[in-house]
Amino acid sequence: MSVGPRVPLLKAAWLVLLKDWQIEWRTRARLTALIFFALSTLLLFSFAMGPDTDALRRHAPGYLWLALFFASVLSLGESFRIESENQALLGLILNPVEPRAIFLGKVFGNASLLFGLSLLLLPVAVALYDIELSKAPGSLLLVLLLGSIGISAPGIVYSAISANARARDVMLPLLLFPVLVPLLLASVNATRFCLGPDAQNQLPSWLKLLTAFDLIYLSVGFLLFPKVAEED
Amino acid sequence: MQSQPPAIEIDDISKRFGSRWAVSRLSFTLPAGRSLLLTGHNGSGKTTLLRMIATATFPTAGKISIFGHETREKRELLRHDVALLSHASYLYEDLTAAQNLTLLARFLGVDDSKKQVAELLERIGLTERADSPVRQFSAGMRKRLSIARLLMKAPKLALFDEPFGELDPAGILQMENLLKELQGKGVTIVLATHLIEQGQSLTQERLHLDQGRKETP
Repeated sequence: MSVGPRVPLLKAAWLVLLKDWQIEWRTRARLTALIFFALSTLLLFSFAMGPDTDALRRHAPGYLWLALFFASVLSLGESFRIESENQALLGLILNPVEPRAIFLGKVFGNASLLFGLSLLLLPVAVALYDIELSKAPGSLLLVLLLGSIGISAPGIVYSAISANARARDVMLPLLLFPVLVPLLLASVNATRFCLGPDAQNQLPSWLKLLTAFDLIYLSVGFLLFPKVAEED
Repeated sequence: MQSQPPAIEIDDISKRFGSRWAVSRLSFTLPAGRSLLLTGHNGSGKTTLLRMIATATFPTAGKISIFGHETREKRELLRHDVALLSHASYLYEDLTAAQNLTLLARFLGVDDSKKQVAELLERIGLTERADSPVRQFSAGMRKRLSIARLLMKAPKLALFDEPFGELDPAGILQMENLLKELQGKGVTIVLATHLIEQGQSLTQERLHLDQGRKETP
């Protein structure tokens, strides 16, 4: 058997991401659950607000992001459930895959899933909340992408922490949501200016803030994840 | 001429879980290329010791050196050379046997992974189930797949934690042959098993643990 030289960090991260996609595609369990959960959430907000179209349109960015936030808990929890079975995460680390490569692969794998989900939710939001997507479609996609990465970076760290806890389903949102409040505010405001008027040109500032949050969350997660993933 | 460092050098290590000491004040040296039989009752610290040698966890006190490198400091380097066959299979349940091995081959940077995976599946007798998800496998089949993972890694130090468990007679014979084959290639082996007679026939040295301490068997 001819084992080659050490696989570089980014290639290993790419392999982790491909592996997660492969598992997702084989089972489609997480994907199906995510889609139905997020769609139900959007629908429930619509029912809860009643037929007030103006209110629905005004609050649509908030509903959209809350649906994504709630769905992310399912997605992140599942991401480490597959690593807990048979101690697969330890198997990866001993193989040896750098924990930081696992972090990057899982963050971007989860972010791609959330971003894809957000694209599915947009037409539903148009139908339910009467919003228009044609004002700044490029910026809207960027906001959704940055928001998805921003949820996933701390989410993967907390998902790894709570993976072996007895009450992991409760612990993950309890740990994650307080950290994500600033990101939620930035994402909702940026989305609002993508969908409606932006007289004072505030969108670029919110985009910069979202980018800054992503960089901070990614950097902290990149540094912390080895401590979380490896036993002392 | 510079002498070869020992495969395993355990220097007064202890490992604590909460208030319980799983391993206590243990020292031991195993020269490269030798085989060690690790014995002891359930809970005597065998698995913890193997996990520490494999860099899955680290001593609370003392240090372990593998081929002259301290495990905590050089963990990423050592993980290339050390393989652990443990109670956990490290397999992804939703991937097939072939996909699990291909994934490992890619992480290890194995050349011509497709051919290597096919050869290993043939060797462990799982060719016909190559495309079945691991979730459908019996415990014995999972063990065989774990053996294939170990072989793919081509380690210099191979650690076996109860390797005969869950195997049928043919599998046990295959495992014995594998151990002999690895020894023939100069691989250092640590074999933890309750089957002492079988283990002694396959190894040259013995370490017996009792409540985490080294004892005379």
